[in-house]
Amino acid sequence: MQNGTQIKFSDASLALIQRMIKRYPEGKHKSALIPILHIAQAEFDGWLSVEVMDYVASVLNIQPVEVYEVASFYSMFNLKPIGKCHIEVCRTSSCWLRGAEEIINHLENKLQIKVGETTPDGMFTLKSVECLGSCGTAPLMQVGPDYYENLTFEKTDALLQRFRSEGKRKTYLDKPEPRTA
Amino acid sequence: MGKKLLLKYDDVPGICDYDVYRKNGGYASVEKAVKTMTPETVTEEVKKSGLRGRGGAGFPTGMKWSFLAKPPGVERYLVCNADESEPGTFKDRYLMERIPHLLIEGMITSSFALGANTSYIYIRGEYYYIVHILEKAIEEAYAHGWLGKNIAGSEYSHDIYVHVGAGAYICGEETALLESLEGKRGNPRIKPPFPAVAGLYGCPTVVNNVETIAAVVPIINDGGDEYAKIGIGKSTGTKLISASGHINKPGVYEIELGVPVEEFIYSEEYCGGISGGKKLKAVVAGGSSVPILPADLILKTANGEPRLMTYESLGDGGFETGTMLGSGGFIVMDETTSIVKNLWNFTRFYHHESCGQCSPCREGTGWMEKVLHRLLEGHGKKSDIDLLWDIQSKIEGKTICPLGEAAAWPVASAIRHFRKEFEEMVESGEGVMVH
Repeated sequence: MQNGTQIKFSDASLALIQRMIKRYPEGKHKSALIPILHIAQAEFDGWLSVEVMDYVASVLNIQPVEVYEVASFYSMFNLKPIGKCHIEVCRTSSCWLRGAEEIINHLENKLQIKVGETTPDGMFTLKSVECLGSCGTAPLMQVGPDYYENLTFEKTDALLQRFRSEGKRKTYLDKPEPRTA
Repeated sequence: MGKKLLLKYDDVPGICDYDVYRKNGGYASVEKAVKTMTPETVTEEVKKSGLRGRGGAGFPTGMKWSFLAKPPGVERYLVCNADESEPGTFKDRYLMERIPHLLIEGMITSSFALGANTSYIYIRGEYYYIVHILEKAIEEAYAHGWLGKNIAGSEYSHDIYVHVGAGAYICGEETALLESLEGKRGNPRIKPPFPAVAGLYGCPTVVNNVETIAAVVPIINDGGDEYAKIGIGKSTGTKLISASGHINKPGVYEIELGVPVEEFIYSEEYCGGISGGKKLKAVVAGGSSVPILPADLILKTANGEPRLMTYESLGDGGFETGTMLGSGGFIVMDETTSIVKNLWNFTRFYHHESCGQCSPCREGTGWMEKVLHRLLEGHGKKSDIDLLWDIQSKIEGKTICPLGEAAAWPVASAIRHFRKEFEEMVESGEGVMVH
């Protein structure tokens, strides 16, 4: 997708984008930028290349720099390639008090990578993130749209195994799994 | 058992769905407002209720509404702040996930009072799964005539849209939120003008927290006076408290304002005591930004009065011996907790989340993080403690938005109440593991 082939949203995404733009008053279509960047990231391999950002600028009829400055500001946008499964572990106080550090260490050992790195097979990227708003069910990690809460080493191992066997890319826009918490 | 207004039907199976919500009295406040009240009388009830902003600032909601400019022919907006990012806070997530219609109902009733025909729910990107829940609720509300044109047969029309963010604590600050909603970086605006005069797209705008908007529903249903009967003094009504950390029963609790802090921590109805039977060391009572208090000062004020869960009682003694109710993000720490390490954790957070506009915050948060890291590694000097104090004092009050204060207060309070722990760390020369 990002290697010289033409970058183009699917028809379904284009229709969704048109509906999104209509949520804002006439002339205020730039408001749709962040929602559209989420769609772009989900559709184009989980990250936003300069080519993808330029394409989004053309779809929204704004300057490319207006896209770059937004994409680089928000932590959920990836500006370099990431693994299919982006594991984001909350590291902030309440999670730290309940063992987030141990979960992060455990993941580093299991995946044989450090925080911020991607496994050589391109399957996992590990990231530690700031408060995810799940302090009562700490520690936790987010993968795509799903929160995996009250993590233990066993639970974490089982999830890694499952993600690996599923082998598919997860994005924030995926249909969330049914929640049990 | 305290009275519950927002989580009254939390245990009812299917309350997430329209039919069940409606059967339990849902959308009655909209019907009452558009059929029997005027925007002014709705606002009057909210004023009478004494409701204060539940996002953290505690500003009286009715007064905030009455500041809204109403130039003829100019669109007005209500924007719901669902960017919940204050560490220790997860109540809005709980409410939106479990009883989404309560927020939608509150949005319609509040918008009627403000004369807004369009409103947006700005929700943090990480809560993407809740976007689906809210959009389903909105769809159901349209299908049953609570949204769209001529709501409940009245002249009033309203549309609600969910707008998703993409990960930025600063977007919980209302002007940063508006910038973000306009498709820009979340850089807070210089005030004035306030959003009530020039907010979204330069139009008069009210930004209210999820819980604040939800509280409008019982206020309109039962009357502002009824709501004001709950609580103590200027802390009226109920509040959702997000309880986390070293406690037996972490979770979201709806309390009547005025519950003693000791009861909240130790009773089975709420936190259920400290986990593992350990001793309480400290509490951050209102989200990471408010001053941390040691066990003796969180349980009792400096005058020896029992500390209560109210804006006033938690604030008693000012920052010397008190704190704030804030967002109600109640983080409990047991005797094993390193206050210095927790402070480093908080400071790293603020450094990461500073938008970078104001140099005292952009540079100062980074310096504080580095100095704390040095202390934790066992390379600290005694003068570092004074250096930290000096840096935080030069951030507070010198930035466009309150992120500066939010970053400074935890540092000041940790040194104020736990200076000995910093000194011991320097003297021992022993570091702790830093990740």
